Amino acid sequence: MIEIGLGHYLTLGAVIFTIGVIGIFLNRKNIIVILMSIELILLAVNINLVSFSIYLNDLSGQVFTLFILTVAAAEAAIGLAIIVVYYRNSGTIRVEEIDKLKG
Amino acid sequence: MINFELIFPELFLSLSIMFLLILGVFKKNSSKIIQNISLIVLLITAVIIFNETLGNEEIKLFNESIVIDYLSSFMKIITLLSAFLVLVISTSYLKAFKIFKIEYPILILSSVLGMMIMISSNDLIVFYMGLELQSLALYVLATFNRDQLKSSEAGLKYFVLSALSSGLLLYGCSLIYGFTGSTNFNVIASQLNANDYALTFGIVFVLVGLAFKISAVPFHMWAPDVYEGSPTSVTLFFTMVPKIAALTVFIRFLYVPFLDLIDQWQIILIFLSIASMLFGAIAAIGQTNLKRLVAYSSIGHVGYTLAGLATGTNDGIQSSIIYFTIYIIMNLGLFSCLLMMKRNNVYYENIEDLSGLSKNHPLLSLSLLIILFSLAGIPPLAGFFAKFYIFKSVLEQSMYFLAIVGLLSTVVAAFYYLRIIKIIYFDKEKEKYDIDHSMWLKFSLTVSTLIILFYFISPSQLIEVISKINVI
Repeated sequence: MIEIGLGHYLTLGAVIFTIGVIGIFLNRKNIIVILMSIELILLAVNINLVSFSIYLNDLSGQVFTLFILTVAAAEAAIGLAIIVVYYRNSGTIRVEEIDKLKG
Repeated sequence: MINFELIFPELFLSLSIMFLLILGVFKKNSSKIIQNISLIVLLITAVIIFNETLGNEEIKLFNESIVIDYLSSFMKIITLLSAFLVLVISTSYLKAFKIFKIEYPILILSSVLGMMIMISSNDLIVFYMGLELQSLALYVLATFNRDQLKSSEAGLKYFVLSALSSGLLLYGCSLIYGFTGSTNFNVIASQLNANDYALTFGIVFVLVGLAFKISAVPFHMWAPDVYEGSPTSVTLFFTMVPKIAALTVFIRFLYVPFLDLIDQWQIILIFLSIASMLFGAIAAIGQTNLKRLVAYSSIGHVGYTLAGLATGTNDGIQSSIIYFTIYIIMNLGLFSCLLMMKRNNVYYENIEDLSGLSKNHPLLSLSLLIILFSLAGIPPLAGFFAKFYIFKSVLEQSMYFLAIVGLLSTVVAAFYYLRIIKIIYFDKEKEKYDIDHSMWLKFSLTVSTLIILFYFISPSQLIEVISKINVI
């Protein structure tokens, strides 16, 4: 049996983080997917912080995680509101059609 | 016993925001009252900081997670005053676009509250909370003209890229926390282990996140789009106020916990600075929209500010702060001119709309001339002194390459500023613009032009104020 230690959690965090970042840059279809990728990034950070907090036996990492969860919820709410406003003006949320501002 | 007097400005501001929200809900058509109360609140907060904390020694509150010292008090006062001026000169613009609503001053107040928390932060958690409070309000501000496609697109782009940068910054925070065992800046400083590569990764991630916020190259791509799309008054806010807070955090984050690792971050800062100076100068040449041009020029100016920070000395930090203060004054003047370019409630923002301005509006053109000369760094205007201090402190550390690149990009940047002046003075004239501007707009243009013009008479006054900032 392998014992699951800090390294495994950090690898998991790094993998999820990378998936999130790649999801933002490679995604050409839908803004909702970008919103999901941002949530993934924040989730990876939370995994990191909680595992560090257990490993260091220090509570402030878990407190930080709670703050991040709250802020992520607020951010998602504002992001969705902005997407709705954008959809009303342009009639689309396809990423490749968001190009009115260019120079 | 915690000394609550010292965070009284923040408490006052947050209570006023709640009061204004409730007032806005229960009183119909209260935009004007709320605007005026917000202005008074900003001024009172600045006065409280000036009286209570400006002269004090460095004090740390709440388990050392908030620091009140001269740097934070000074930056807070600048933030509040520039937010006040932005709010007061944007009224007629907002009315013309029919977006003079109660939310506008309240959003500005809450982003200012976030910035004040950022400026005072001495702990990664507090820093992150301030940053998010500021960003969440700014997303909405960028989208404020919500029936316009451009504005909503600007907000969308700003939201996606800013959220990504917060994510990167947080990942960096988590690494720093994990490898030093604390989120407090001072504890981190005592737990440093220079051979820890994960720690370097953490610093790089946080620096990337911060560089996004002050739009340094190569993390600048949001700035031109967002600046062009947002309402002009919001663009003015974006170019000045959030960058003050981000600059302060830059200083505190690099010089309090990670001063001992200067070898590792100095090279990153030099790279950011050189790239921003060059890119800001070269990319602005082909622009036709004034707001886009301002975006590129602000990228360039951020480059100079970072050059001062890269030196790793108190002198460098002070010259960066002087540079940014003068840049704010110049920017305020430039945008006051931009807000004056209207005809029958339609605002013009292309460079060609300036053509022949000098025939119809000699005074406006003269002040625009002074401001543009100063932005280009031509003596004896204030912009020249700002660049001079930066180059002086860079050369004292014998970073010759940085100084040479800086000088070269000044020359390139002078080209596009001078091109605007040529268009104003020598091109064919167009129709007259309206001249019924608000008193505050004229006031801010006059005052900023006069400060730029007569700064050389006693440059020591600003230096004296700023030389009290000692971070290291």
